[in-house]
Amino acid sequence: MTAAPHSTPMVDVRQAHKMFGDLHVLKGVDLTVRSGEVCVVLGPSGSGKSTLLRCLNELEVLTGGSVRIDGELLGYREDESGRLHRLHPTAIARQRAKIGMVFQRFHLFPHMTALENVMEAPVQVLGRSKAEARATATELLERVGLADRMGHYPAQLSGGQQQRVAIARALAMDPELMLFDEPTSALDPELVGEVLAVMKDLARGGMTMVVVTHEIGFAREVADHVVFMDEGVVVEEGAPAAVLDAPREERTRDFLSHVL
Amino acid sequence: MSATGHDPVPNRIHARPVPRPGRWIAAAILAVLAAMAVHGLVTNPNFHWDVFFTYVRDVTVIRGVGWTLVLTFGSMLIGVVLAIALAIMRRSDNPVLQSVSWFYIWLFRGTPVYTQLVFWGLISVLYPKLSLGIPFGPEFLTFDTATVITAFWAALLGLGLNEAAYLAEIVRAGLGSVDKGQEEAARALGMKESTILRRIVIPQAMRVIVPPTGNETISMLKTTSLVLAVPFTLDLTFATNAIGNRIFMPIPLLVVSAFWYLLITSILMVGQHYLEQYYGRGSGSERPRRGGPRRPRLGRQAAIKAGGTTKDDPFLEVTP
Repeated sequence: MTAAPHSTPMVDVRQAHKMFGDLHVLKGVDLTVRSGEVCVVLGPSGSGKSTLLRCLNELEVLTGGSVRIDGELLGYREDESGRLHRLHPTAIARQRAKIGMVFQRFHLFPHMTALENVMEAPVQVLGRSKAEARATATELLERVGLADRMGHYPAQLSGGQQQRVAIARALAMDPELMLFDEPTSALDPELVGEVLAVMKDLARGGMTMVVVTHEIGFAREVADHVVFMDEGVVVEEGAPAAVLDAPREERTRDFLSHVL
Repeated sequence: MSATGHDPVPNRIHARPVPRPGRWIAAAILAVLAAMAVHGLVTNPNFHWDVFFTYVRDVTVIRGVGWTLVLTFGSMLIGVVLAIALAIMRRSDNPVLQSVSWFYIWLFRGTPVYTQLVFWGLISVLYPKLSLGIPFGPEFLTFDTATVITAFWAALLGLGLNEAAYLAEIVRAGLGSVDKGQEEAARALGMKESTILRRIVIPQAMRVIVPPTGNETISMLKTTSLVLAVPFTLDLTFATNAIGNRIFMPIPLLVVSAFWYLLITSILMVGQHYLEQYYGRGSGSERPRRGGPRRPRLGRQAAIKAGGTTKDDPFLEVTP
C-alpha cells in the first residue's frame, strides 16, 4: 500500500508448522503484513488462526518455519552458517515487549486498578518512572473512553470496559504491532461496538494490526488484507472486497454463508 | 400488622414454627453435662487452683512463653522462606531442582517431627566438625558443630525445616491456583519470569496461601512443645513440666501450660479471622486504598476474588 514495495514487512511468517503432540495445527502457513496494515484472519474454530496469532509473539513456539517481526527473527539467533540458536528468555521477553496483545478473555490483573494495569508494564519492563507511566496511562485510558474508571478494579468494570483497559495496557508499551485474539467473542452483544470503535480508531491512526475475529463487518470496513484459514492452511487471502464478496474457494464461501 | 403500621407486606405470614422437642432435650442434657464439668473443675481439690494461680505468673513460665513464641515465629519464618524456594523449584523446568524439591518434601513430611528434632539434637555426634571449603576439596574454616548448632538452633532448624515441607505444598497449590491467562498476559507485555512471579502471580496466590499459613502458625505453637526431644529446655512445656515434677504437683502445672497455649492460640485465632477476611473469604469490606480519581469501594483482595483468576482449593484447609 503506502509502504515502498521492497521495505521490510512488519510480520513475515514463512512455512509455519505447529504440532501439539500428534496434532498438526499449522501446516505450512505464509503470512505477510506490511507496516500500517490491518490484517484480519478469519476461519472456523480449530482452523489454527489463534495458534498462528500466538506464534507471532512466542506464546507458542513454532515446530517448523520462521516468524520475523520487522525483519527480526523471533525466538532465535541465526549464526553465519544458518544454524539457529534459541534466545535467552530475557531476550524473547524484550522481543515481546514491542508486540501488544489483546486476549479474548481480557486477562487484566485483578489486583490492580485500571490505571495500575496500564502502568505496570512500562514501569516493570521499560523502567519508566511512575509519574511518567501514570501520565501515559491516564492519556491512554482517556483515549479509550475510560477517564472516569481509572481507579476501578477489573471486577468493577463491564466486559467492554475491561477489554478497552486491556487495549490501553497493550498500547502503553508503545508497540509496533498489535495482535487481537477474538477480542469481542467474550462480550455481550451490546458491548461489542465500543471495543470495535476503539480498534477502528487505532487502525485509522496507522497501527499495524493482526486481528483474529468473527466480526465480518469489521473486516469489511477496516481490514486492508483478509486471510481465510481452514485446517491449518491459508485457503484464500486478499483485499476484503475480493475475499468477502467474491470468494474463489468453496470452503470460504461455505464459511461466509454460515457467519453472515 | 407491624408496630408502625407501615408493613410493606400486607399479608405477612405468621405461622407457628415446627415443634422440635428433640433440640430442647439435647440442649438441656448438654447444659447439665457442661455445668457438671465446670463444677468438677472448680471444686475438685486435686486441681490445686492456688498452685495454678501461683505459677501462672511465675518468671520461669513467662520466660517459657517467650521462648515458645520465639520458636513458633522463628521456625515459621524459616519455613516460609524455604517453602517459597521449594515451591518455585518445583515449578521450574530444571529436573534436578524439581526432584530435589520433591525429595525434600517427601523426606520431611514422611518422618515424624519428633524424630527430626532428636536427629538435629544429635547432629554434633554425626558431624562433629563443620567446615567451609570447596566440595570434596580443601577446607578454609572449621567449627565445632556443638558450638555452632546449640540446642536452640537445633530446635529452630528442626521445626523450621519440617514446616517448610508442609508450607511448600501450600505455596505450590497457591501458585497453581492462579489462572494461566495471567502469566500469558504478563508475558505478552514483555515481563521477565521473575517479574511475573513477583508482580502478578504471587500477589494473587497470597489470597490462597495466607489463610492456611495462619493455621500452620497456630499448629506450630503447639508443635514447639516437642523441642524437649532436642533437648531444648526453656520452652513453656518443659518449664511447666519441670516445676510440676519439682513440687510433685504435675496437674496444676499442666493446667498452667494449657492456659497459656489456649490464650496465645485465641489471640492467633483472632488474627487468623482478620487475615481470612482480608484475603477475600469474608465480606471484603476493608477500607479503600488511596489513589485514582474515584475511590473504589472494593478491597484489593476482594477484587482478586471477584476477578475469578484464583480458584479456592478445598484441600488447602489445614486443621491446626
